[in-house]
Amino acid sequence: MKQRGRILLGLYCLLVAVWLVAPTIVVVPMSFNDKKSLAFPPSGFSWQWYQNFFTSPEWSASLVGSLKVAVVTAVFATVIGTLAAFGLDRMKSRVSGVLRALLITPMVVPGVVLAVGIYAVYLDMRLVGTMTGFVLAHTMLAVPFVIIAVSASLEVFDKRLETAAASLGATRLTAFRTVTLPLIAPGILSGLLFAFVTSFDEIIVALFITSPYLKTLPVQIFSSITRDADPTVAAVGTLLFITTSLVIGAGLLIGSRQGKR
Amino acid sequence: MATRAIDSRNTVSAVAADDRRRWFRGQAFWLVAPALLLLVICLGLPLAIVTLRSFSEPQWGWQNYAWFFGTPVNLTVLQRTFAISAWVTLVCLIAGYPYAYVMTAVGPKMRLVLILCVLVPFWVSGVVRTLAWVILLQDSGVINSVIRAVGLSPVKLIRTQTGVVIGMAQVLLPFMILPLYSVMKTIDLRLMQAARSLGASPARAFAQVYLPLSLPGVYAGAIIVFILALGFYITPALLGGPRSTMLSTLIQNQVLSLLNWGRGGAMGVVLLIATFVLLALAAPLSRQPHKTGSTR
Repeated sequence: MKQRGRILLGLYCLLVAVWLVAPTIVVVPMSFNDKKSLAFPPSGFSWQWYQNFFTSPEWSASLVGSLKVAVVTAVFATVIGTLAAFGLDRMKSRVSGVLRALLITPMVVPGVVLAVGIYAVYLDMRLVGTMTGFVLAHTMLAVPFVIIAVSASLEVFDKRLETAAASLGATRLTAFRTVTLPLIAPGILSGLLFAFVTSFDEIIVALFITSPYLKTLPVQIFSSITRDADPTVAAVGTLLFITTSLVIGAGLLIGSRQGKR
Repeated sequence: MATRAIDSRNTVSAVAADDRRRWFRGQAFWLVAPALLLLVICLGLPLAIVTLRSFSEPQWGWQNYAWFFGTPVNLTVLQRTFAISAWVTLVCLIAGYPYAYVMTAVGPKMRLVLILCVLVPFWVSGVVRTLAWVILLQDSGVINSVIRAVGLSPVKLIRTQTGVVIGMAQVLLPFMILPLYSVMKTIDLRLMQAARSLGASPARAFAQVYLPLSLPGVYAGAIIVFILALGFYITPALLGGPRSTMLSTLIQNQVLSLLNWGRGGAMGVVLLIATFVLLALAAPLSRQPHKTGSTR
């Protein structure tokens, strides 16, 4: 009886796991379609959609745009978010609780409402379709993730280590640079990664503030899906899927190696 | 004399420490200031403008709200938005609860695999995942070719409410599983054994011991999934049809296509208020009252 219950539970989990992972994999065969169609199954094999992705100016421009915005956003969000996490850590708990809740709000505000508001502000300030506009909005959206990641590593950081460094004659800056920073570096690094992904993946605000001069990859994918059945989107999806899997795989490898040490 | 010297030294160092703490606190605020400034410019200002325009366009008054609540189509969409979000939350809970439990019960290697399965879709671009669902659900899609191969008649999935719920639930499932898991892993499984040894049936031990202890995770997961679902835009826009329109699509349509900032703003304010009321109601529920497995 107990055995059967376990098997059923295991099968159920397997089903959920398949539901989580399998749908994404379906874009892989579609990307090698030989016809301009997203109908399943693909009728033949070709590389043309990958070729199209790398040669069409529309696609490559949006990829470059996305990378630029995401890199700048990640840097700004990491600096601002890390500073804020430190500030919150050193405040009275009541004040920091309120501020923390306030700083996390971008995560729960409905995307379209925010996008409409940002669009209105940007129209007045002539920021629509500009790098500054994208970076400002994406940084605001990414800062909460950095704060959460850095706060988590500050929570386990033993503050007495800073005091110890100070008692050995280190200035506050030296103590921070040589003791605190290396110990919380994993938190900052994961915050950086989260910020990059948040920006690289953001679409709703981007859809509103985009222009022919600056387009991000998600916007290009979205408009391609709504316009026609172009398998280039499947090729892009496959490339993104493989890249992120490699990054996560590398992260896991490094993590487990450090764990063994 | 000696004691006084020590005393005064103590006082001096105490004052210095106090000073430093105060200075620390003042400085601590400045560390948070850039983030707050950004929040005011990119969140406070936009939301203020949306609210303002809902009252001021085309003229001052409650007209846009009167229009919103006086138009049956809008109320249908509002109701549908809540209904779809509730369905998505329910599906996520049914799929996520056993999954999160198994994550706490298996060995470390298997747990890593299960966590990866949760995180992989989390890391794949949201638009790409929605594209995958378009490919799966469309009339000539994967699911329908399988159904046809088996010899059954094809089902209409894309541009239906069912399709939207299936796609959204898959996109939001990680947000349910992660809070559930983080609460469940603090539950001491020996409590279940204790209940069993006292004569409770497995079902009763689960209902009276495990379930109540896991409720904070259920609330936390449910509220985040529900709130994110309320504001969902991309998945319903691509998977849905005219009969499964959600509030977000309506807002986008008012602002970008009809250039009606007042009406779009009023809808936005309604969605915003619904979100924050729900958050305020549910936040106390998802707090863990006390850690289990402690000595107390």
